[in-house]
Amino acid sequence: MVKGVKAIRQICAEHDDSPDALLEILHKTQHKFGYLSKESLIQIADVINISRADIHGIVSFYDDFRREPQAGPCVKICRAEACQAVGGETIAKHARDKGIKTHDVYCLGNCALGPAVMIDNELYGRVDAQKLETLLKART
Amino acid sequence: MSKAVTIYIPCDAAALSVGADDVVLSIEKEAQQRNLDIKIVRNGSRGMLWLEPLVEIETANGRVAYGPVTQKDVQGLFDTGFLNGGDHKLAHGLTENIPYFANQERLTFARCGIIDPLNLSDYEAHSGLTGLRCALAMSPQDIVDTVTQSGLRGRGGAGFPTGIKWKTALETDSDQKYICANADEGDSGTFADRMLMEGDPFSLLEGMTIAGLAVGATIGYIYIRSEYPRAVKTMRRAVEIWRDANLLDNKTFTIHVRMGAGAYICGEETSMLESIEGKRGQVKVKPPIPAIEGLFGKPTIINNVLSLASVPIILDKGSGFYQNYGQGRSRGTQPFQLGGDIKRGGLVEKAFGMTLRELLEDFGDGTYSGKPVRTVQVGGPLGAYIPPSDFDVEMDYEELTEVGAMLGHGGIVVFNEDVDMAKQARFAMKFCEVESCGKCTPCRIGSVRGKETLDKIIAGDNVSDNLLLLEDICELMTDGSLCAMGGLTPMPVRSAIKHFSEDFKG
Repeated sequence: MVKGVKAIRQICAEHDDSPDALLEILHKTQHKFGYLSKESLIQIADVINISRADIHGIVSFYDDFRREPQAGPCVKICRAEACQAVGGETIAKHARDKGIKTHDVYCLGNCALGPAVMIDNELYGRVDAQKLETLLKART
Repeated sequence: MSKAVTIYIPCDAAALSVGADDVVLSIEKEAQQRNLDIKIVRNGSRGMLWLEPLVEIETANGRVAYGPVTQKDVQGLFDTGFLNGGDHKLAHGLTENIPYFANQERLTFARCGIIDPLNLSDYEAHSGLTGLRCALAMSPQDIVDTVTQSGLRGRGGAGFPTGIKWKTALETDSDQKYICANADEGDSGTFADRMLMEGDPFSLLEGMTIAGLAVGATIGYIYIRSEYPRAVKTMRRAVEIWRDANLLDNKTFTIHVRMGAGAYICGEETSMLESIEGKRGQVKVKPPIPAIEGLFGKPTIINNVLSLASVPIILDKGSGFYQNYGQGRSRGTQPFQLGGDIKRGGLVEKAFGMTLRELLEDFGDGTYSGKPVRTVQVGGPLGAYIPPSDFDVEMDYEELTEVGAMLGHGGIVVFNEDVDMAKQARFAMKFCEVESCGKCTPCRIGSVRGKETLDKIIAGDNVSDNLLLLEDICELMTDGSLCAMGGLTPMPVRSAIKHFSEDFKG
């Protein structure tokens, strides 16, 4: 854990230990460790001088922040109107039926080429159930 | 060897989502095997998204377009001599002559898809920086007056006159002021901010810098949603290049990029300010308005990406030039975005005043599925569902209000005959439930009760009484919510019930 503390302190230092950079700090910490552990949050709160209650309130407000490690790729399926209009719901259902862990998001900004899916920050358009399977297979 | 042929292939996220990078690899490989000298430029998107990946070849007559190109087309393209603009089943002739593109009025998106997004000299060669240079020679008051006279209104959705906002910040004395670019483009059916940030990022930086000069702000923030990782990356790089170019002589304006974290509500301006301050993105009560007391308690201009990116051309060509486009109180151009079940989806920048039908039929060419259109939702998840009988509405702020709709950020989502409007109404409430910041009760609780009531209506439980109850909830949310999230969620719900009552019979 000592190594982790050092990394977190460094991330905070890159942002002058400033509380207003908290979102950036949280993003970077999550990027480094894969999730935001309780210990990480205590460290960050300590360094930038906010309370543990505050940091909990902030982390729990935003969908992007994970409190648990994530197994496998992060699969976001757009569930918003433009993708609904071209059958985005069927991909979501397919993923559910196949036990693929996904996150519902509302708009990935690919509304003319839906249904849209994002896997680990890579955007895909005109996705159907088969294409989703192919994309996921290519990552394993 | 003869001069290298320049090939343009977009690095826009939408183009990448359908394989633009793969096409680049194939073209490079094929050219190498044939010993042909090529130079690939990664441009932004032209906005004809149904043609993506759109490959353009630079010829003596202009750029020739091929699309949508897949990896397996590449060999055939080389065989037919596409490097000389040769004919092919994917050829569309000169890009500039494709009707979808030729019939637009590109002011804000004048450079998007044409230049290399991160090449500042390319930007400058295409009229970039001239607006800023004009602004540097003007007094703050003159800059504000020019923007006011242009008639530019907030492109984020509210349509508030940009110049008036700037005037307020200019007239408020403070040791520090801020400019915030709202790039938290969360509305479904909208992607113009993303396209601009990925295709012409310097125009946003130029607009922000001019805003800074106008009101006396020295620090700017760009708040970009995390669902746009490529836009974040492009903007961060663009900010570095912009800073290193040192364009302001003895003045300073520092720009920071902040990434959101998956909260739709952070597109609401006070919530966005909270988020930039590193807090929960909860809405604040207005007044005080941000132009007087905003970020860190200081006067702050919050403008949408498209509003700010429209400023350079206004300064360059004058308020009259911009004001000449449009009609009534809606001046200038609007980048409309066609999405959902549409054959030719993409970005259409036109002066205010064309009809919805022209957009859907002349540009969109009907549905992607081939099924008849039942409704379109204009203005994102808080916008109204418009029935075909109203498709002749002229697209401007006031005319849309006349038919009970709103322009929002200019997104247009097309639904075919399969759509169940009771489900869409339920989705509007559910979306509000998921994305509500939780601060005010009408939004936080109203959305949940609205969703439950719609569930009962869909199940056929006491339909007429529940419709009355739902209307009551809608009225309360509209009148009592703190911001547009709860205040406008009833708009799609009510429009669905009004125009498609047959779907609400249980």
